[in-house]
Formats: sequence, C-alpha cells, structure tokens
Amino acid sequence: MTESVATENVKLIVFQLLDKEYAIPVEQVRAIEKVQHITRVPRTESFVKGVINLRGVVLPIIDLQKRLGIGKILSNESTRIIIVVVDNMEVGLLVDAANDVLDISKDIIEPHPEVVDTIKAEYISGVAKIDKRLLLLINLEKVLSPLK
Amino acid sequence: MEMGQYLEIFIEESKEHLQSCNEQLLLLEKNPEDLSIVNEIFRSAHTLKGMSATMGYEDLANLTHKMENVLDAIRNEKIHVTAEILDVVFLAVDDLEFMVESIASGGDGKKDVSLVIEKLHMIETGESAAIQTAQNEIAATVVEEIKSELKNHYDQYEQTIIQQSLDQGFHCYELSISLRSDCLLKAARVFMTFEVLEKCGEVIKSNPTVEQLEAEQFDNEFFITLITNDLAEEIKKKVMKVSEIEKVDIHEITHFNQFQEEGSDDKEIISEETPSTQNSEKQADRSEKEKKSTQPKGNPASQSKTIRVNIERLDILMNLFEELVIDRGRLEQISKELHHSELDETVERMTRISSDLQNIILNMRMVPVETVFNRFPRMVRQLARDLHKNINLEVIGAETELDRTVIDEIGDPLVHLLRNAIDHGIETPEKRRSQGKPEEGTIKLKAYHSGNHVFIEIEDDGAGINREKVLSKALSKGIVSEEEASSLSDKQVFELILASGFSTADTISDISGRGVGLDVVKATIESLGGIINIESTEGQGSVFIIQLPLTLSIISAMLVELGEEKYAVPLSSIIETAIIKQSDILNAHNQRVIDFRGNIVPLVFLNEVFSVPAEIEDNEYLSVVIVRKGSKMAALVVDSFIGQQEIVLKSLGNYLTNVFAISGATILGDGQVALIIDCNALIK
Repeated sequence: MTESVATENVKLIVFQLLDKEYAIPVEQVRAIEKVQHITRVPRTESFVKGVINLRGVVLPIIDLQKRLGIGKILSNESTRIIIVVVDNMEVGLLVDAANDVLDISKDIIEPHPEVVDTIKAEYISGVAKIDKRLLLLINLEKVLSPLK
Repeated sequence: MEMGQYLEIFIEESKEHLQSCNEQLLLLEKNPEDLSIVNEIFRSAHTLKGMSATMGYEDLANLTHKMENVLDAIRNEKIHVTAEILDVVFLAVDDLEFMVESIASGGDGKKDVSLVIEKLHMIETGESAAIQTAQNEIAATVVEEIKSELKNHYDQYEQTIIQQSLDQGFHCYELSISLRSDCLLKAARVFMTFEVLEKCGEVIKSNPTVEQLEAEQFDNEFFITLITNDLAEEIKKKVMKVSEIEKVDIHEITHFNQFQEEGSDDKEIISEETPSTQNSEKQADRSEKEKKSTQPKGNPASQSKTIRVNIERLDILMNLFEELVIDRGRLEQISKELHHSELDETVERMTRISSDLQNIILNMRMVPVETVFNRFPRMVRQLARDLHKNINLEVIGAETELDRTVIDEIGDPLVHLLRNAIDHGIETPEKRRSQGKPEEGTIKLKAYHSGNHVFIEIEDDGAGINREKVLSKALSKGIVSEEEASSLSDKQVFELILASGFSTADTISDISGRGVGLDVVKATIESLGGIINIESTEGQGSVFIIQLPLTLSIISAMLVELGEEKYAVPLSSIIETAIIKQSDILNAHNQRVIDFRGNIVPLVFLNEVFSVPAEIEDNEYLSVVIVRKGSKMAALVVDSFIGQQEIVLKSLGNYLTNVFAISGATILGDGQVALIIDCNALIK
C-alpha cells in the first residue's frame, strides 16, 4: 500500500455482482440489510423486484444485475440489500454480497473507464485498482434515473 | 381587568349576531316588505350596540347605533328598502365584522367608521338618492383639504414607528397649524397645542423642531405628526380650542411607500380619494385578509375552549398512531392463532379503544366546510348585482367536515367556479325570460360525504356549455386537432375548458364556453389528490363536481388474495362482494360481463391485469368485488377474500411513481407489504 497523506480519501462500500466487485461512496448508503420478503409490484420494469417493509417504510427494491443488464440475482445466504439515497429517492439495491468497506485515495480512481465488459459505460463513474482488486464505481444517479 | 371574563362571550356573541345580520339582510333583500326580518336584524344590532358600549368599544357602538337608526326607520316604514340602502348596511356590517375580528385577535377594535356613519346618516335623513353624487363630496369632511405632499420628513426609524402604529390600527395625522398673524405669545400657543395633542396621543415629530418652536424661530405655521386613536374631527376641535389659532389642516397618513429611500424627497403622496375608492380599497383589503387568513381564526380571548395546535404535531401523533394500528393488526393475528381467551379479550378491548382514539385524532384535523362557504352568499350577491342578474344561492351540507389541510386550499378554486357560474352560467333575466325560464337563476353549492371522499358540487341552471363554441375555441387555440375534435365525447369537450391555454387574457366573454382560468382550478384540485368532473346540458345548466380525499392516512379496506399475493381494495369504492357462477358470465362486445342487479357490469380479472404468477384454477365459482367510480361499475375477480381491516396508507416512495392501478401500499400484521388497488384506474 502506498500512502500519500496529502490526498483526499473516499470511503467506499464494496459489494459483489457475479464475479466482479463494485463500489458506492459511503455517503449514499443508508444501511445494508439481509433479504426479507419482497412484495411484487405488477406492471413495473423487470428489474424492479418489488417493495419491502423496512421499519415501517415501504421501500422499492431493484435487482442490480438486471438493472446493469448482466444477469439476474439468485437469492442465497450471502445476498444483501444495500439501501441507498439519491435525490430524495430511497431505494434498496439487491446485490450478490456485501464485501467490505474501503478507504482509498481519490488519486487512484480512473474517471473515464473504457467500456467495461457488457455494462454500459454510463453506469460506471470510474475504476479503482487496489493491488489485485479492481473496483467498478457505480454511478447511482444514472442507475436510478427516473423510470419512464 | 374586570371585563376579561366577558370578552370571550362578547366575541362569540358578536360574531353570531353579525353572521345573523348578514343572513337576514340577504333574506330582507329577497322580501323587502317583510318587516319581521327587519325586526330580527334590529334586535341583533341593538344587542350588539349594548354589548359593545358596555365593553367600551366606542367605534363599534357608534356604528351599530347608526345602523340601528336606519333599521328603525325602515321598521317604521319611513324608508323603503332598496338595494342601494342594503349596500350601505352591508358595508356597515363589514366594518363591524372587521372590528370584532380585531378585538378577537387581541387588538383594540378601533376603526375609522366615520364614512359609513355618514352614509347611514344620509339614508336616515332621507338623502339616499343623493348617495351616489354625495359620495364625492363627503371626501372633504374628514380629511380637510389635503396638501399634496408630506409636510414632515421622516427618517427610517420614524417611518417604522408610523407603519407599526398603522398596522396596529392607530391613525397617523399630519397637522398643519397656523397661528393668527397678530398672535403675541407664539411659544405659549405652541406649548398649549402640544399639551392638547399629548392628551390625544403621541406627538412623534414636529417641524420646525420643538427647540426652534420654543425659541419662536418660525413664521406662523408649524407641522406636527401625531399618532392617535381619535378621529381627525375631534383632534381638530380640540386644537381649535387653543386661542389665537387661525386654522388647522389635518391630513391622514394611511401608508408609506415601502420603497421610499431614506433621505429622498420622493415622498408618498396621499391623493384625495373619494369614499367610493376608499371603500373599494377597504373591501379589497378585507378580501385580501380573508384570503390570507388560511390560518384558523382562533381567538386568543377564548383560551379555555380552543387551543391552537400546530398541524405538524398532529402529523407526528398520526404517524405514531399508525405504528400502533399496524401492531394492533399483528396482535389480532397472534391472538387468533393462540386461542387464549384472556388475550382475546384484551386484544378486543384494545382494538375498540384504539378505534375510538383513531376517530378522535382524525376529527381533530377536521373542520366543517362552513368556514369556507360562509363568505359565498355575500360574494354571490355582490357579483350578481354587478352583472345585473338575479341569482339565488342555495347552500347544502355546510356541516360536512374536511381535513384542515384541504379546507385551506379549497377556498380559491370554489370562488373561481362560483364566479364562473355567475358570469358565464346564469343568463341575464331578459334572456332567461325569453327562454321561458324563471328570471331568477339558481346556484346550488352542495357538500356531502361519500365513502372516504368529500364531494362538493356547484350546480347552476344557466346556459350550460355549448359544445360547438368550446370546440372551435379549442381548435383555434391549438389545444385539439381537427381529427381529435370530431371523435371527442361531450364529456371530453367539457373538460377542454379546464385545459391550460383554453382561456387567455383576451377572454371572449360572449362565449358560453366558460374558462376563466379554470385550468388553475383543475391544477389545485388535482394537487390535493382530487378530481373535477363537469356535467352539462345546453340550455339547462351545468354541474361542476369536485371529489376530494379526506386525506386520511388510515382507511378501511377489504383484503383479497390473488394467488400467493395479497391486495387491499379500499372499502370506499366497494359496493359489495359476491360469488358468481362461471355460467353467469356473458359476452358483450368481446368483453366478459355479468348481470348484477339489472346492471351489465364488466368483469376485470385481476390476475390478468397484475399478471399474477399462479396457476389459474378452473373454478365453478368466482369471487368478485363489485366496485364503483361515480355511476360506473366493475366486478374485480379475485381468488378469495381475506376480510376487512383498517389499513395505514403508505406511499411507494419517489422512485416508483405512477404504477398502473396501484395507489399505494400498506403493511400487514405479519410485517409484509400489501399493495392497495386503485379501482378508478380499472373502471373504463
């Protein structure tokens, strides 16, 4: 680990979709929850899994694999819901696993990544390489842009 | 203060008497010969006079006294009731209401009523015919010849003082005082003048300054600014009592130009106003005030009966209570499973108590629509007079209660619709006669509850809406295209008048197609979660129907099952539930329908609409929920009924907006979310 004191750091929540690691700035994350009963909401986009009751608040849940167009989440022991807040919208993201919390310096984030595999570049705001790990930073505003 | 304990009663009773005056006066106008009505008003006025004199509210007492004289003259048939006379009496009642309102809100209940008193006096002395012309002459009685400029120069601080005094109902006068040219003791006269004025109020400025005056460094004229409760007339009299004073000119400062820059000579010029404009301004002020007073008119004087509670606190209470309702549902479920008699009893008791509690909490926020409707009879009368139409306003169901938040918003749209009905709906008496209608048009304002909605209807028996005219106007404004126009139903055409851009500044008023800014009305009502519908028959009249939610967050609903999923159907839209046979299903125009009590009702298979992932079993019997929207019905086919329950409305949040046929969600006793079906979307 090369540490430079002068640079700003960002705290990231790192999670897993299929075989890749993704990250969201911690400021946008409200909580991480285990999967519970999801009520299907008919006639919505296919990636909208439905809604859950989170301590009295009804919260929409989206399948992040489907949203990014890379597959479909199959629920198991490690599946998690990451509750995020963007533009007054509170949404739960269904992910394969929540891995850890990392402090990285802003310097190592590459802002304009090449198209990453099959995911549209607009959903990725940057890439960070740490040792052998590759983190894809999710652009939440784009991912959660209002449904038509 | 001794009077304190009576104040509350005084305010309550004054308001009742004034309201009754208003109502009776409107009645009197319809039956000018009915002296029993005059007696009724006279009694109210007399009581009010006595009360206000006892309480020491002079302006109130004076004005009521004068009003009483006029009523007395009418009673003794010295004066004949005319609309003009009533106009003046109404003005008087307006002023009285204003003063009582001022007392109620902790003010001093003072107002310059000399103008109205003057008018009443003229009626009393039989000069009513001359009122119109005299109006322009009265101007000078209170305010002597006005210099077209402020004599004194005020700095920021003094302006603030004056403005605040004016806001509190004080008068502010500038006196121009001239001493006789042969006056020997100028300083003494000035001193005496000050002495007199200090007794009437507060001198806040003099020009020249006091020091200069004392040193007799002035000609024969000086200017004084006074803040007082007294009328100009009285002050003038008092000052004139000082010897060697030649002339006193008084002019009242009514407002400051807010943008007056400090030190600039650009002073607010108080122009001479005829009483008519002054009055219309007062009227405008009042209506402004009324408009602004969306705050409940609580009155500080009656602390013991009502307290004001911040709506936010009620919201917090409501939210906590919702949590309780959800847990109650859970408890009910648990007790059902356990069959423990004591638990059952306790839960039942708890359910009963919390239902009562719920009603109390909801009712706390409810206000009768009367608070809004009250001001309409006067408004309608005035407008009808302005437009020379005969209109009778019937108010039905004013006791209907609505949530305070809705009440605050609903006033303006209703005013709009009423104006519209008077302006474009009801025809002129001549026209009505020629069409064989009674000359007097009728407007019905009706409020009633239906399920968890409140309906307010504004019905007129006027001209109705002319389809062709509306269409041609909509075409010219580019709201609809040619091909659309031909296929529109009447109802859709009527709705065009609510479209934005239908009515513009160059309102073509000869069009019976209404639309004076009705798009605003529609927008307001929809923002409240309401719906507005129009029904109209040309030549017969129109009805504007406003449907408003009670904005209740807890409703009764029927829980139903579709496959593995649970949905809630609001009880308000359910007519009944039924079990029908497969063989009873008919086909009409490619649609499956049933014959329900003589009505052909289309079937809506919810599992298809919501694409429920479940095997559709072929049952001989189907469970249906018959729902209604207005006069239309539909039968929703479900797998089974779970039962009726109180549910707490939750929104789906900002991410999922406009989900088809789902109006929200609720949390069931087991903690799971169930969606609430929006029946209106399912009824074509």
